[in-house]
Amino acid sequence: MDNFEKRMVIGGIIFAIGMVCHYALEVDDYIQLAIFAAGYLVVGYDVLIKTAKNLSHGQVFDEHFLMTVATVGAFVIGEYPEGMAVMLFFQVGEWFEKTAVRRTRGSISELVDLQPEYANVLRDGEIEKVDPDEVEVGDTIVVMPGEKIPLDGRITSGSTSLDTKSLTGESVPRDVSVGDEVISGTVNISSKIEVEVTKDYDDSTVTKVLELIEDSATNKAPTERFITKFARYYTPAVVLAAVIVAVVPILLGYDAETWVYRALTFLVVSCPCALVISVPLGYFCGIGAASKEGILIKGGNYLEALASAETVVMDKTGTLTEGRFEVSHMHAIGCTEEELLKHAAIAETFSNHPVAISIKDAHEGDVDASEVSESDELPGKGVRVVHRGREIHAGNIRLMQDLGYEYCDEPVAGTSVHVAVDGEYKGHITCSDVVKADTKEVIARMKAEGIKKTVMLSGDAKIVAEDVAGTLGIDEVHAELLPADKTEHLKQIMAENSGKTVYVGDGINDAPSLALADVGIAMGAMGSDAAIEAADLVIMDDDIGKIPDAIALSHKVNRIVMENIVFALAIKFLLLGLATFGIANMWVAVFGDVGVSVIAILNAMRCMKMARQKSPKSSDKPASAE
Amino acid sequence: MKTVLKIEGLDCANCAAKIEDGVKKIPGVESAKLSFMTQKLTIEAPEDKMDAIIEEATRIAKKIEGDVTVCKLK
Repeated sequence: MDNFEKRMVIGGIIFAIGMVCHYALEVDDYIQLAIFAAGYLVVGYDVLIKTAKNLSHGQVFDEHFLMTVATVGAFVIGEYPEGMAVMLFFQVGEWFEKTAVRRTRGSISELVDLQPEYANVLRDGEIEKVDPDEVEVGDTIVVMPGEKIPLDGRITSGSTSLDTKSLTGESVPRDVSVGDEVISGTVNISSKIEVEVTKDYDDSTVTKVLELIEDSATNKAPTERFITKFARYYTPAVVLAAVIVAVVPILLGYDAETWVYRALTFLVVSCPCALVISVPLGYFCGIGAASKEGILIKGGNYLEALASAETVVMDKTGTLTEGRFEVSHMHAIGCTEEELLKHAAIAETFSNHPVAISIKDAHEGDVDASEVSESDELPGKGVRVVHRGREIHAGNIRLMQDLGYEYCDEPVAGTSVHVAVDGEYKGHITCSDVVKADTKEVIARMKAEGIKKTVMLSGDAKIVAEDVAGTLGIDEVHAELLPADKTEHLKQIMAENSGKTVYVGDGINDAPSLALADVGIAMGAMGSDAAIEAADLVIMDDDIGKIPDAIALSHKVNRIVMENIVFALAIKFLLLGLATFGIANMWVAVFGDVGVSVIAILNAMRCMKMARQKSPKSSDKPASAE
Repeated sequence: MKTVLKIEGLDCANCAAKIEDGVKKIPGVESAKLSFMTQKLTIEAPEDKMDAIIEEATRIAKKIEGDVTVCKLK
């Protein structure tokens, strides 16, 4: 128990003794005054000192001044128990507020428990433990199992699994080996690795992320700005009202003591702190909760904007699709699909084009490269090989046209590879970009969270884009766009639709769009400084499901903040109204006021839990006790 | 240039708003943001005036909320 708590306990005991004397024993008035005044000083002497100090600085209307006036006033008009009680409850309420805020500050930094404390640098064959600050680019560091990777770098020796949970919220470990990039803030799980440092501490991911979370609190939501502005007028207004309540009736000849008492009751509810504190507390808790899931939000303003989002504009590649091709359709002519695929796979033996790789992946069984006797690349068209004496051509329509072969030109959603063997057309294989798992369900969840319209922008052919949009249930598609067109389209979409517009991209070449949208979201941003810089909201991994999660959280946080504002104001005005007519006395006022603060703060702290809609996929994971 | 001050012991949200207002009014300050939750005061001002501004900001913070310690972060 610290000094303050002891004082409150002693004060509480004195208060109890005083109450017994006042009501049960009805002792002499002077003895009562002595008891309550002593208790009052024990509990509130620091408030009196602060008031005196502030007055000497010319600071009036602060909460300490108001409490001093209210309580001293109560003593003057002979209401000793009230005078002491108001001070006692005010102090307890303040203490609760401070404790709640300090604990929240503490638990948020625990949530983002990323800060590496040391780095093991390899110098002259010896491991040296140093501050991550002191490590330079090019140094080699050793990371043992269980240790946090202190700086961004590349593995030079060993392979292991990394726990990226604290950074991305993703619980499946990531396997890495020599040559792979590793990101600071992730934890080495299985075995020792050596890492060549590629970024110094100030530029490492962990520093960027921590800075972002810390700075997020300075981007205040409009609601927060409104409430601090409101508070600036609220207190003087209530004090003025108190003066009117005290003076006017007395001038009209009413009983002075009654009206002074009512005026003092006004002062008890004039402190705006509960109101002012619960708003930033709510946003801060919400931002903290999100960062634990690998969603970094750059400010309460974006969280508030996200709650009124009605349109989500998404870039296709890298956001909705993986940028990885897969065989999606085959049309064999005069042979089986297996034969068609086999011919294509043989033709593409030496090709590393993404489409070629997808064909080789789809083909079961190996191709013996030594049986390919000739191999030519025909730039912009395709390839030609000779396999066991048979000539195989594989490529696009232009290749078939050049060779003068007949071909099938049915429109397909994807990239087609046409195959001819010894001059005979065998058909074509269509490969398309793979849509990320669960994307359809994610789009549906966005709709459930109040998004009215989803739009997809794509540089791909119209037929490809429309096919993906159709599969996913996206409302509007704009295809065949150059990167610069995307920003133009976004501008138009924003002009046409009400509500806020969210833009989702990979953050690499769509920085203008991210900046233009009301809320710009960058996906898969781990390790990409540019994406972290450009976006308002950063999703560390590429789980698109986190977008509806973030929208759900924004609704929750905004609801809680609004609840607090409405609740606190309603109670305060109710108390003012009741006090004017003498229905609420000082007891009711102080209980009401401190009670509102406590409830508002507890309510705001609920924002620390993510409002996660359980998707069917994640519900089969064992429920963790959060 | 930008300077960040850490104001430790900031317990009252309303006082934080008052400190922010006060710092904004210091001559030479281009922008000032004080986050109550992270207790960080970010000031943007010309480099040659920064030291005087930091001194004045510290004075304002102590005037409004007595028990704070102010230190420069970067």
